[in-house]
Order: sequence, then C-alpha cells, then structure tokens
Amino acid sequence: MRRVHDMGGLHDGPVPREEHDWEPYAKRTQAMNTLLRSPSRGMVSLDEMRRNTEDLADSYGKLNYDERVVHSLAQVLLQRGVITIEELGGKMAEIEARQRQQGQST
Amino acid sequence: MSANPSAVPARFKRGDPVRVRRTFPPGHIRTPYYCRGHTGTIERICGAFPNPEELAYNRSGLPAQPLYRVRFKSTDLWPDYREDPTDVVEIEIFQHWLEPA
Repeated sequence: MRRVHDMGGLHDGPVPREEHDWEPYAKRTQAMNTLLRSPSRGMVSLDEMRRNTEDLADSYGKLNYDERVVHSLAQVLLQRGVITIEELGGKMAEIEARQRQQGQST
Repeated sequence: MSANPSAVPARFKRGDPVRVRRTFPPGHIRTPYYCRGHTGTIERICGAFPNPEELAYNRSGLPAQPLYRVRFKSTDLWPDYREDPTDVVEIEIFQHWLEPA
C-alpha cells in the first residue's frame, strides 16, 4: 500500500513559485530544528523526524511544513525521554494562559 | 540487535540486473513506492551506510548496508510514459531491497 508521503511519480499541478513571509513561529521552529538536529547534540536524527512525520498519515496533508516539524520534534523528544508529556502539556498551558493575558491587556 | 561496525558485503556490481522487492512494510522506508517490483541495472555502488529503517527508531542501523544507484527505464516504470523513450530514472536503493533479476 502506498503511504501518504510517498508521492513520487504521481501527477500533480504546477509548483507555486511566489515567495511568502515566515511567521515568527516558523522561524522559531526552524531554529529549534537546527539546534536539536546538530550532530554534536545527537538528540534528534533526520530518520526519526521522517518516521514521525510519515506516521501522521491522514493528518499529513492538513498540516503545513513547519507544523509537521513541530509535531515530529515533540514526538522524538518524548520517545527519547528528553521531555515528559507532563512537561510539554504544562508548558503549552502556560503559554496559552500568557497569550490570553496579553490578548486582554492590548 | 548486535552492533557490527563492519558493512554487509556487496552482492552486486556495476551492470548487474536487479529487481526491487515488492513489499510494503510499515515504518520509515527510503525505497519509493513506484519502483517496487521493477527491474533496473546497477549504475554504481555508492558505499555502505547505516540502515535508515533502523535509524528511524533510534537504533544503530549497523551493520552498514551497501547502497546502490539503480537505473530504470522510464518506460519500464510507467508503461504510459510519452516523453523521450530513452529517458531513465536513477534511484539510490539499499541492498536489502534488491534481488538478482
């Protein structure tokens, strides 16, 4: 069975050539990816990233490139025990609360 | 698995006809879907590298697997191919995906 990412040889439309601005979260995602993938750290490998991205299956096409990188970085760090689910969930709740607060103050 | 730093010996040489295994395992696979089951020719040996299917699960990927560049005729891969009939596609494929043709 062909998996969702394995699209080589299939027909598709033209490649959109226009440039786009990088949202701040996308820049942070790429910075984090570069740092975690650095061979001197040995924390995340390309092969692990690809496996986790490919395992998105039905969600693969619903996420953009940077969202897929965020997903896979989190998965690898959880799988390797670098972070815990509690730590990740706690941090996400903290940031959400902070953003709510900032939204109210502006 | 035991970590063996020496590479698996190369089974094929330049010019050998090979068939890509027609199999669909789960996990991270570098062998594209569209070439599975097709026959090509060894264009060169690229070296030997840790198996990415194992690296994808944070294992050693050792012993290193020989990697080949395999040349396919486009008309073999896609019977309805309408461009230049001499066109070829070259794909880098690990040895454990290849069998003699």
